[in-house]
Amino acid sequence: MKYITEMNPNGKVALEDTILYKNIPCTAGSKMLESFIPLHNAEVVDRLEKAGYEISGKVNLGEFGFDLLGETSYFGAEKDEKGNLASASASLVKSGLKGVLATELNGASLRGAALSDTVFVKPTYGTVSRYGIIPCACSSEQVGVHASNVEDATELLSVIAGHDGKDGTSLPSDRNDYSANNGVSGKKICIPTEYFEKADSTVKEKLEKAVACLKENGAEIEFVSFAHLEASQSAWFIMMCAESCNNLSRYDGVKFGHRAEKYNDIEELYVNSRTEGFGILAKAVILYGSDVLSKNRYFTAYDKALKVRRGLRKALDELFGKYDMILSPVSSKTEYNSADINTVYEESYFTSLASMLGLPAVAVKGIQLVGNSFEESKLLSAAKVVEEVK
Amino acid sequence: MKYETVIGLEVHVELATKSKIFCSCGTEFGAGQNNNVCPACCGMPGMLPVMNKKVVELGIRAGLLTNCRINRYTTFDKKSYYYPDLPASYQTTQWFAPICVDGGVEIETSKGKKVIGIKQIHMEEDAGKLVHDDWSDTTLVDFNRTSVPLIEIVSRPDLSSVEEVVAYLDKLKTLLRFAKVSDCKMEEGSMRCDVNLSIRPEGSTELGVRTEMKNMNSITAISKAIEYEVARHIDALERGTEVLIQETRRWDDVKNKSFGMRSKEMAADYRYFPDPNLVPIIIDDAWYSSVVESLPELPNVKKERYMSEYALSENDASILTSSRALCDVFEGAVKENGLPKDTANWILGECMSILRQKKLSADELDIAPEKLGKIVKLVADGKIVRNAGKQVLSAVFNDNVDVDEYCKEKGLDSQSDTGEIENAVKKVLDANQPTVEKYKNGETKVRNALFGQVMKELKGKGDPALIQSILSKFLD
Repeated sequence: MKYITEMNPNGKVALEDTILYKNIPCTAGSKMLESFIPLHNAEVVDRLEKAGYEISGKVNLGEFGFDLLGETSYFGAEKDEKGNLASASASLVKSGLKGVLATELNGASLRGAALSDTVFVKPTYGTVSRYGIIPCACSSEQVGVHASNVEDATELLSVIAGHDGKDGTSLPSDRNDYSANNGVSGKKICIPTEYFEKADSTVKEKLEKAVACLKENGAEIEFVSFAHLEASQSAWFIMMCAESCNNLSRYDGVKFGHRAEKYNDIEELYVNSRTEGFGILAKAVILYGSDVLSKNRYFTAYDKALKVRRGLRKALDELFGKYDMILSPVSSKTEYNSADINTVYEESYFTSLASMLGLPAVAVKGIQLVGNSFEESKLLSAAKVVEEVK
Repeated sequence: MKYETVIGLEVHVELATKSKIFCSCGTEFGAGQNNNVCPACCGMPGMLPVMNKKVVELGIRAGLLTNCRINRYTTFDKKSYYYPDLPASYQTTQWFAPICVDGGVEIETSKGKKVIGIKQIHMEEDAGKLVHDDWSDTTLVDFNRTSVPLIEIVSRPDLSSVEEVVAYLDKLKTLLRFAKVSDCKMEEGSMRCDVNLSIRPEGSTELGVRTEMKNMNSITAISKAIEYEVARHIDALERGTEVLIQETRRWDDVKNKSFGMRSKEMAADYRYFPDPNLVPIIIDDAWYSSVVESLPELPNVKKERYMSEYALSENDASILTSSRALCDVFEGAVKENGLPKDTANWILGECMSILRQKKLSADELDIAPEKLGKIVKLVADGKIVRNAGKQVLSAVFNDNVDVDEYCKEKGLDSQSDTGEIENAVKKVLDANQPTVEKYKNGETKVRNALFGQVMKELKGKGDPALIQSILSKFLD
């Protein structure tokens, strides 16, 4: 299923179903929110409509965006012609939409774009308002743009980015720069060997093509060792699950969302509604998140993850002191016909760094470019070069 | 064995802001059910908190009033638990870096002065209210109170009696009302209190088993509950009536008993963690100073000044400075008339008696200070008599009349025409020859009767001093 709710057949831009549109159900791909109808537009929706873009509908996704490629959607996973998992948003972009706005949480949007040879741009955390986005990991998630090419993605990003007083973490707009025509001449790009080693031959082939193209256009490419990726992956999972567990606690069957039909008291209302409303991956996130925030584990798990994040920030300052951007795979393979919780965790290896640090990232031609905060222009210019890979 | 009681209080105070802590909904008490709500304070997904700066300022104020250190870097945390009156299933509060720490206030009881330590003051949002509907046998929820800003003032376990607890709560109330941090109305729930209590053999330094009574909202209930709990603890220790456990108890005001709710061992794990949607608040020097400057002169400083500058008695100065409203009226009136002693007497006498009749508290004294100042001066100057002054005051209270116009309209100006008073005195003395004789024979107390007759002759408007002096002229 591509759309969960179709709105306007003439619309050229769609919204992943985590983005609120007034009076239209917003499900986040979950049974829990099947009946939830928001009272407000998300800020990004107001910006799109003000700029004259009509909205075509609400796009299917994996439950709350935790999964690999949408396989956990309550409304059914989307598959490509070969029977492999495909993101619903990629299918829409390929069939002629100008773009889909989507919340990049645990890599699903970047991955979906990479596996379908389309483009996804996630800007620096704080540049696009999160007002009206179904919240999971509030310290990291960010709305980005899925499009078939860099130009369209950039066009829509420019429309939705900018300061919003309704979001306390929204940044001033003065550092936003989305010019994509600066090329890569003289740019230094690194590939962490740890990433490279985890990729299969199909992914490596895509990386090599991108490297050749970037070199041809004047960039310098170097392999480096960045030893903190496993720490980054563990810390990211702790943070994502903790923050999401907290945000998902509002769905208790009392005020909105799914309410169990059978219960004898308030305790049963909570337990039955949540047991019925959430799917297996959301439940795993809730359990893991509750654990890492519990009194006995807080300082050995959650607080440690915060420390890892601060440590990574320092390591990245050093890395970005030498290199303009990181080139890496987005996933270990190029095709998945199914995914379980372990796959979701393992594949987050490639996206956790940008997620946790709020870094800008672009998926293009099956690879991703990750830059330092506010360096979207460098990434978009490089993506435009890579886009020409045949 | 003799025991001593160890009490610590957690006092919740609703802040006097017009809007809620993270959204623009109103905070007034008594609004229609679910009238002051929006998607944000109802916990709807996608709504983000926007910090109300005024809350931080009132938090700083509370800290300054209680001699706390203000944390210049302060953060908000999420506290998770499920309850239908908590729409997002988490409460935004301060756990890791509260705004104020390490303070104390001085109280005075029959045993003398004592400082009660304050461990911390933190900001947080209030929860909603559950209402049971007997008709449909359902529980309904009113979210008006959700996200109303609160501060929680956590004392150290320094209190040891009901008297000290009452004095401490009174002190907090006076200070917080003085600086307009909160109206502290226990009856409206804007001041509530959790009482932590244990007992131990006198002289012991170890703490006993502690019980906590939550959400107490009247001084009477707090006093009764403390007395009940102390007796229960002593019975348990001395006579083995029960085994004390660390638990939360509910005070039943009708049955005059406390009941166990849940033991701390089984209590929820609140899973505190920093709220990623609220960036840390940094209180820079400029902001800090502006709050310090906005702080009114505090009651103890004011009291000293009233005694030294205005020569008021300690008692009068104490009463006046127990309420911001009294101080404001007093200072405003003195500015108008330059008569601090007379003004203090009028406030403590006439104004208080009117408030008592109307069943209002001192804080509810609502009168234009310059009008009171004028009345006091008119009486002091003999322009109107005291009773006329009271009459004007009452009219100002009830209808906010103009003092001069009212005196004119009602003909209250006192008679200070010497000729007319002489005529009246002569007339009275002529008509009361036997009384005059008595007076001259040494029965001086009859003079009052003669004075009264003269005043009656002058329809109550005679200048008393002038009447006395003219009476003297004729009699002595």
